[in-house]
Amino acid sequence: MTADGRNPAAVLEMRGITKRYPGVVANDDIDLTVRSGEIHALLGENGAGKSTLMNILYGLAAPDAGEILLDGTPVDIDGPNDAIRRGISMVHQHFMLVPSLSVAENILLGDEPMANLVLLDRRAAARRIRELGASFGWEVNPDSAVGSLSVGWQQRIEILKALYRKARVLVLDEPTASLTPQETREIFDVLRRLRSEGYAIIFISHKLYEVLEVADRITVIRRGRVVGSRRPSETDEDDLAELMVGREVQLTVDRGESHPGEPMLTVTGLHVQDDRGRGVVHDVSLEVRVGEIFGIAGVAGNGQDELVEALLGLRSVSSGKVNLGGRAVTGASPRRLHQLGVGFVPADRHRYGIVLSFPLTDNLCLNDYYHAPFARGMVRDDDAIRSYADTLITQYDVRTHSSAAFAGTLSGGNQQKVVVAREFDGELRLLVLDQPTRGLDVGSIEFIHRQVIAKRDSGVAILLVSAELDEVLELSDRIGVMFRGRIVQVLDARKTNREEVGLLMATGGRATEAAS
Amino acid sequence: MSEGPLTTETLQREHPPQASVPERRRRLPPLRRALRILLLPAGAIFLALLVGAAIMIASSPLVRGSVNPMLPLTAYGALVAGSVGSFNAIVSTLVQATPLVLAGLAVGVGFKAGLFNIGAQGQFLMGGLAAAAMGIATAGLPPIAAIPISVAAGMVAGMAYGFVPGFLKAYTGAHEVVTTIMLNYVAIQVVAYVASGPLRGETATFARTETITTATLPVIAGREGHIGILFAAIAVPVIAWLLFRSTLGFEIRTVGANPDAARYAGMRPRVLIMLTMSVAGLLAGLAGATEILGQVGHMPAAYATAVGFDAIAVALLGRAHPVGILFAGLLFGAMRAGAGLMQIQAGIPVQMVNVLQAVILFFLAAELIVRYVFRVRGAGVEVAEMQTITRSYGEQAAK
Amino acid sequence: MIDLLYDIPVIGLVFQFVGYLIDVLPIIAPTILAAATPIALGALCGFMNERSGVVNIGIEGMMLTAAFVAWWTASLTAQLIPDGPAGPLGASAALLIGLAAAIGAAMLVSLAHAWLSVTVRADQIISGTIINIFAVGITGYLNLLISRSAPPSAGQFTRLEPPAWLTELPLIGWLFEALFAQGPIGLTLIAAVIVLQVLLFRSRWGLRTRAIGEHPEAAETVGIDVIRLRYRNIILGGVFAGLAGAYLTIEFGNSFQGEMTNGRGFIALAALIFGRWTPLGAFGAALLFTASEGIQRAVRFGPPEGALGDFLASVPTQFYSALPYLITIIVLAGAVGRSRAPAAIGRPFSREKRERRARQPRSSGAAPSL
Repeated sequence: MTADGRNPAAVLEMRGITKRYPGVVANDDIDLTVRSGEIHALLGENGAGKSTLMNILYGLAAPDAGEILLDGTPVDIDGPNDAIRRGISMVHQHFMLVPSLSVAENILLGDEPMANLVLLDRRAAARRIRELGASFGWEVNPDSAVGSLSVGWQQRIEILKALYRKARVLVLDEPTASLTPQETREIFDVLRRLRSEGYAIIFISHKLYEVLEVADRITVIRRGRVVGSRRPSETDEDDLAELMVGREVQLTVDRGESHPGEPMLTVTGLHVQDDRGRGVVHDVSLEVRVGEIFGIAGVAGNGQDELVEALLGLRSVSSGKVNLGGRAVTGASPRRLHQLGVGFVPADRHRYGIVLSFPLTDNLCLNDYYHAPFARGMVRDDDAIRSYADTLITQYDVRTHSSAAFAGTLSGGNQQKVVVAREFDGELRLLVLDQPTRGLDVGSIEFIHRQVIAKRDSGVAILLVSAELDEVLELSDRIGVMFRGRIVQVLDARKTNREEVGLLMATGGRATEAAS
Repeated sequence: MSEGPLTTETLQREHPPQASVPERRRRLPPLRRALRILLLPAGAIFLALLVGAAIMIASSPLVRGSVNPMLPLTAYGALVAGSVGSFNAIVSTLVQATPLVLAGLAVGVGFKAGLFNIGAQGQFLMGGLAAAAMGIATAGLPPIAAIPISVAAGMVAGMAYGFVPGFLKAYTGAHEVVTTIMLNYVAIQVVAYVASGPLRGETATFARTETITTATLPVIAGREGHIGILFAAIAVPVIAWLLFRSTLGFEIRTVGANPDAARYAGMRPRVLIMLTMSVAGLLAGLAGATEILGQVGHMPAAYATAVGFDAIAVALLGRAHPVGILFAGLLFGAMRAGAGLMQIQAGIPVQMVNVLQAVILFFLAAELIVRYVFRVRGAGVEVAEMQTITRSYGEQAAK
Repeated sequence: MIDLLYDIPVIGLVFQFVGYLIDVLPIIAPTILAAATPIALGALCGFMNERSGVVNIGIEGMMLTAAFVAWWTASLTAQLIPDGPAGPLGASAALLIGLAAAIGAAMLVSLAHAWLSVTVRADQIISGTIINIFAVGITGYLNLLISRSAPPSAGQFTRLEPPAWLTELPLIGWLFEALFAQGPIGLTLIAAVIVLQVLLFRSRWGLRTRAIGEHPEAAETVGIDVIRLRYRNIILGGVFAGLAGAYLTIEFGNSFQGEMTNGRGFIALAALIFGRWTPLGAFGAALLFTASEGIQRAVRFGPPEGALGDFLASVPTQFYSALPYLITIIVLAGAVGRSRAPAAIGRPFSREKRERRARQPRSSGAAPSL
């Protein structure tokens, strides 16, 4: 294929890629070779530099040093358009789909079939998309709005979008992040088939077992450097984990024995509507006991967000009852709930958790700013606020030069620690956790998990909601599976497995009737 | 003061709170700190004066019939002389600055809550109208009673007129930028109707109300230095205290910076939006009352003023901080005070002041130009996500 | 039957009013359309911006600048070039050059807006505010200087005379009369509304514009140059602001006064929102907002008889003047819940944002204590 005798099958070579950002070397002399007909896994924890590397490959960022070779020829990739033209396609970690556009419009965007110079050829477009979908056995409706599709379907659309562009190199950035095990398996089947058709596939993940299952070669990145490259047959999860984190890690939390006591949170027959007035939580009943972690598993968008918001007083309850320690708190305000000892760690800390433009002092007393010792009447006591903040910063190991630093200047892990510090402090009865470790590095994850277990053992009732099945399985004592706004089944976490929960998440099981 | 592009993020961001910096030693000496704060605005003003000079030279054939490169010097000389050249000039600057500072605070308070109150103009007019109406109605009372009643009427009217867009925003989601602008035009018509209809003065040659008598603000300095100057001088520390020292101010700032977090923290964004708009209206209404009772002496049916719009520039230049607004108001007040002399001595129409204001704002918004010209390096805080006033544009009502 | 409705006390007045409106509609339609034209054109300018994800509250200033430039350039040209033969629709060289200059000026101001909001990533509302303040200042300044020499007006465009068979059609003839008995700018609006409506949903440009207004990052990843397309759309939007301004000084009228746009640029924005960010919707909203001007005219020149006439005559003229603004507020308050803005609107787009997100969690990697 090439004249100078390089391995003809090496479709893509990245050599010595280096990318610096102020204060950080995101990629440090990274080499990566991907062959045709190979699934090459890129493994590393959040923030290791995987995404940066792929952004460089996709022309979204320019490397400070290094070169990229396609079919042995050095290329200068100037923007995504150029990458697409050279046969590189990418499925991004966060869906790059426009919710208000149709399936067809999303897939065609940027490479539209034209009826004439100006107008689109919508009929040809619909036909091509149906054909493309049919080749994978998917029945695609080109006209449905992408925003109304399930997460699994959106992931399929993303893949069709990449294939539509006639790619040779296909990059998938954490494609399984919010999928059920069953959906994940389907994606893996697709990947294997594409491999047999000669695609060069880069599969990015931080989930060890997935990488071991599907990859032909695994390259591990830590702190911007390649720290090892393995074949699945030569390695195992412990080896990969150590490579990835740089020290021996405990793969699962040592959650110890739990000793559930009296029910703390009792929800009966709860109905909640979304912003558009559609019922999204139906007749949910559950019980979280003192000293217990109750996990709610479910594919994103099955009513978990609305359930959490309703429990925290952020969304009104249509009908049903909520009891906290024997007290009726249905429709109570967030402040009242906080006074009663309810804490909350949100998935999107930038939304509910933190005010980026405020200093840590203000962020740490965000719920309690209005009463003593932080305020006397209407007057704030800055000294009290500061000394309280300093205490929490030390106690929760928030890395910052001062409590006056703006929250926005902290790393994601430290921002999350600020939220945890604020919400975990004080007399707690109920803790609501919504994907509390999303996007964090292993160190922060371990820290937060240990804090959660400690709270459980000190007699707090904990409700853990997560689309990340692994986290729910790891931490929970009992697991309620949420499907289309209902809790379809409650399982004992020690007696269930990924498969069972995943199946319930995907289908709701046959248990829909049995639950009611 | 924080530096950074001119967005609400920088407008809402704290100036390092005095007492909450643990290591006081680490702070810059006050003088250097002040210099640093002033560098960007000063650079922007300087560049704007250059642009203004270029416009004057380019348009000088229209002014004097031939190109006159010295025209800007004459004009700026007159501008300075008219604003700080004498005791009376300085008093005139203070008088001009008074409504600008008050209305500037009205816009600035809104910024802190994430609201863009373009309606200061309408609130100003309604405040002025109510003050005039009450001033005429209390003509039989002694000043000690007439003045407080009239001023209070102006404040209440402005507050009510600010409350309306606040209410619409909170409960219908109608964006305040559009509703406040519409209300500005409505206010013009209300003033026109009242001053040429029910309250039309008998003696006046053009449509206006009767002359205000006992409610006229007493002069305390120079020829025209009325007591309203003190209102502005008091309002600045009061608003600063409210925003930075009180829990209410904390709530307002939190709602502005992150309404969802505010809601979770037990604050009520809807109430705070209405409250903030009411406070803003009150300040703008006070500005209107001060202007009518202290300067004009009656309410004209066609009251030509741009205070409410200049206030936006004042608030932006002052970066929504009360002290910044004070200085920005003084600067623009000086320009207004000197503009008359500039027109007389150099033949430059007073509208040049508007041009200068816009260009100052332009350089503040595009501060990279200023940084480039003056080699200022960024010392701002890096915040991961940008928030802008525009964020809520078109969104649904706050929950 | 109808008389019966009319006789109901108080509420009968409403029925009478509706009946009156239906009667006078053919007569006041041209007035309404004339008043709506600059607003609808301004709304098209906003459309080009906001569909691309950029707020533009500077329409007012762009229109004012264009109005002044159109009038001044036409006037200057008319002084230089002696009266030539006027073309169709009264198009003289002076007017055409004035029109071109107005469009050019508005595009230039739009370029500044694009630069501030796309490249500098300043707050888009602040950028618009700057434009508005600047426009009031510079046009007021120059107008005052120029008016000292009292330059002559270059006149104005004239109206098209649609064929009689069209305007004399029963029932709908008046509609064609109103739509087509217009000058070149008014006719351009009618064409632009239709063309843009089709392009938005059927063309590649429309698809890509909707994409960058809703989710610019997604558009960027499929190879669309978001920044370039935003620039292009914003600058093209200036064409409509230019037409809107020129309409005021060389088609509808033939003179310039300071701040003569009188909030039309802002009403245009409200029309765009009420029209759900579509050209056709915005045009309809503009007609609704300006209906009161037509009614005011009708009441002045042909008031209805009886109690209704007395009532309408007793309403102060200022009320009619305030009506478009009040209608805008009321409609907006009712409409926003149902009208959804392009999702990315007001959010500055940056390519590096993604990179920054990727390197976010970093410094806390070491083993935590406690």
